[in-house]
Amino acid sequence: MKRLYYRIDKCLGCRSCEIACAVAHAGEETLFCAIKQKVLPRKKVYFFEGKNFPLSCLHCKEHPCVDACMAGALVYDKEKGLVIHNEERCVGCWICVMVCPYGAIRPDINRKIPVRCDKCKNKDEPACVKACPTTAILWQEEDFLLEVKK
Amino acid sequence: MDKESKRSIDIAVQKVLKKAEEENIKTVWDRFEEQLPQCGFSQLGLCCTVCNMGPCRIDPFGEGAQTGICGADSDTIAARNLARKVAAGASAHSDHGRDVAHTLFLLAEGKAHDYQILDKNKLKELAKELEINLDLPEEKIVKEVAWRILMEFGKQQDQLIFIKRAPEKRQNLWKKLGISPRGVDREIVETLHTTNMGVDNDYKNLIKSALKCSLSDGWGGSMIATDLQDIILGSPQPIRGKVNLGVLKEDFVNIVVHGHEPILSEMAVKAAKDPELVKLAKEKGAQGINLAGICCTANEVLMRHGIPVAGNFLHQELAIITGAVEVMMVDVQCIMPALKDVASCFHTKLITTNPKARFPGVEHIEFEPQKAYEVAKKIIRLGVENFSYRNKDRVNIPKQQMDLVAGFTKEIVFRILGGRYRATYRPLNEAIISGRLRGIAGIVGCNNPKQTHDYFHTTLAKELIKNDILVLQTGCSAIASAKEGLLIPEAAKEYAGKGLQEICEAVGIPAVLHLGSCVDNSRILTAASEIIAEGGLGEDISDLPAAGAAPEWMSEKAITIGFYFVASGVYTVFGASPFAVLGSKNVSSYLTKELEELVGARFDFCDDPFKMAKLMIEHIDKKRELLKLKPLMYQ
Repeated sequence: MKRLYYRIDKCLGCRSCEIACAVAHAGEETLFCAIKQKVLPRKKVYFFEGKNFPLSCLHCKEHPCVDACMAGALVYDKEKGLVIHNEERCVGCWICVMVCPYGAIRPDINRKIPVRCDKCKNKDEPACVKACPTTAILWQEEDFLLEVKK
Repeated sequence: MDKESKRSIDIAVQKVLKKAEEENIKTVWDRFEEQLPQCGFSQLGLCCTVCNMGPCRIDPFGEGAQTGICGADSDTIAARNLARKVAAGASAHSDHGRDVAHTLFLLAEGKAHDYQILDKNKLKELAKELEINLDLPEEKIVKEVAWRILMEFGKQQDQLIFIKRAPEKRQNLWKKLGISPRGVDREIVETLHTTNMGVDNDYKNLIKSALKCSLSDGWGGSMIATDLQDIILGSPQPIRGKVNLGVLKEDFVNIVVHGHEPILSEMAVKAAKDPELVKLAKEKGAQGINLAGICCTANEVLMRHGIPVAGNFLHQELAIITGAVEVMMVDVQCIMPALKDVASCFHTKLITTNPKARFPGVEHIEFEPQKAYEVAKKIIRLGVENFSYRNKDRVNIPKQQMDLVAGFTKEIVFRILGGRYRATYRPLNEAIISGRLRGIAGIVGCNNPKQTHDYFHTTLAKELIKNDILVLQTGCSAIASAKEGLLIPEAAKEYAGKGLQEICEAVGIPAVLHLGSCVDNSRILTAASEIIAEGGLGEDISDLPAAGAAPEWMSEKAITIGFYFVASGVYTVFGASPFAVLGSKNVSSYLTKELEELVGARFDFCDDPFKMAKLMIEHIDKKRELLKLKPLMYQ
C-alpha cells in the first residue's frame, strides 16, 4: 500500500503541488478549467518557523474523522488504506474538519463540503508527485520509511 | 513579545495596528502572512518567465531539471532576472528625472508660471558645467540647460555629462571596463535587450550590463532629478521638522502627500496656506489645514519646507487608519494598491495625480506643470470639503512624534564644516585622516514586512555612530532614524562615539545626516567625489573608508542604487532577504567576491544589524589601513 511522503528540507513552497491537485480534480483536468470551476486543492503548503510543510490527508489507521461522521459519509477501506468520502451522503457539517488532528481536511466553502486527498484514486500515482520540481514528494510503499530509518 | 511589537519597533505603528485589528482592516503585515510560504524558486532566482516556452525552473538540489527549455542554466537565469530588476529600478528614478527636466523646459518657455528658478547659483554652476555662455539672458540659459539635460536621456554615444563629476581614476576604470553610460534611455533599453530569450547568456556580461545601466541612474537620472529639483524648488538648508503619526492633528484638515515627485507636492505646500482655503477650513469647523508627507515626497517637502513627516513606506495605510486623513494625494512609486481598500473603510479620499499611476475606481486629478497651483488647490479644496464627513468617533491618532533636523546636501555639509567664507571639505577629510572620525556610511532604502519595521535601520545607525562613523541617510531609512530621535544634534551625545561627538558638538550637526529622498542618493555620490578631490584620502571612491547599506530594502530601485554604489566603488551590504540569485553559486560569488577585482567594491548580504555593522566597520578599517591613516583617536 503506497503513501505520500514529504521531504520537508526540499520543499521550496512553490505550491506547484496545490495547483496540480486542483487540475487533477477539475472536470477537464486543465488549469483553466480548474480556475473556472473554482476547484479547491486538496492539499496545502503551510509555513511555520522558516520551514514549508506540505499537508494532505494521511488516511490514518485510527481515524477520528470517520468515527465522528454523523452522516456515514466517511468509510475506511482497510485494503486500500484509504478514507473514502461519499460526497452524496455528506451534509457539510465540518465535524471532520474539526476533529482532524492534522488539519488536513479542507472546507470547500463554495461546494459546502469538505475535501481531502483521495490519492488520485483513478491514477497510477497522485498528480502532486509528478508536479514537484524538486522531488520533495515521494509515492512509496509503507515499509519504505522503515528502510530509510535503517 | 506581542504580535504588534514583532511587526514594528515604532509604538505609534503598534497602536494603529491594534486599531486596525479591532476594526478588522487588513494591513501589509497581514497580507505578508497570507503569502507564506513564498515561492522558493523565485527567492533563489531560479524561475524564468522570459519566453513562452516556459515558465522554467531549475532544481536547486540537483535532482530535477538543471536547465530551462532553451538551455539556460541557473547562472543565466539568475543574472537575467537581476539585470531586469536593475533596469526597472533605473527606469523609475530616471523617468522621475525626466519629468523634472521637462518642467524646467516648460518654465524656460514661460509655460509653467507657478514655478521659478529658486537656486540661481546652482543654475549657474550647472550652466558652467554644461559649457553654456553665462552672458546670455537667464531665460536663455535656463532653456539651454533644460534642453541639454533632456538630451541626456536620448543620447546615443560618448558618455553622460555628470560622469565627469566622478574622480578621474573612476572615470578611466569605467571606460576601460566599457561601463561608462552613454545615454540614460539607451542603457536601460540595452539591458532589457540583453535579457531577452537567446541574447546574452554570460552571467558576467549580464552583470556588467546591469552595472552600466545602474550608472545611468546614479550619475544620470537620479542626479538630474536632484540637481534640477534644487534649481526649481530651491536647494535644501538645514531645517527643523517633526516626524511620526503624531503629526496628524485631530482638529485640523489633514492632507497627506505620498509618492516621490515633489513638483506637485511643492504646490500643495503653497495651496495649504492659501487664505481662501484656510478660511473655508475654518468654516467647516477645523482649525486650519495640516499638510504631512509619507515616503520620499515627504522627504522632499521636509527638506525644503520643514513639512512634517507622517512616516515611512509601511506607514502609508496606517495614516489612513488613524481616521483623521481627509485626502491622501499620491503621485508615483511605492504607493500600495491596498490604499484603495483601506481608504474605502474611512471618509479618506485617495487621489491619483500622475497619468502613469492610476487605480481603478479612484478619483484622478491630473497634474500638469502648466497649471500646477490650480491642480494643487483643487485637491486641497476636496480635502477641506471632506472634513465634515470625518467620523470623529473613529479618530485615534497616536501621540508619538519626534523632532528632527534635515536638509543636508553636499553643498551645505561643506559650508557648515568649513564656514561660510571658506567652504571646504578639508575639516571632514582632516577628521578622517587624524582618526577622530573612523569613516562614513550611507544607510538607505525601504521598509519590508519580512523584518521588524525600523529595527534594522535604527540599530545599524546606532552601531555605526557609536563607532565614530558619520552616517548619511536618505529615503525611508532616514525617516526611521528620525522617528528614533537620531536626527537631532543632541542625540550625538547619547549615541555617538567620542570622536564623532566632538565633531558634532563643534559644528552643531547631528551624527546622522538626512540627505533627502531616494533620488538624492546622488548627493552621496557627489559628496564622495568632493572628498576625493579635497585630497588625502586616496584617488578613487573605492579608496575611501566608507560603506553603504540597505537594511530593509524591498523595491527594485534599491537594487539599482546598490548597483551604482558598488559600480562607483562603495562596498554595500543588503539586509532583508538577499538578491534573488542565491540559486546560482556563480552569480552569488561574482557579486559578493569577484566584483571587487573589477570595480573595487562588492556586495554583501546579511540579516543581522549587528553583524552588518561589523562587516561595514571591518571594511572601513581595512581601507584606513590601506591609506596608512593614523590610528583612531578614541578606541
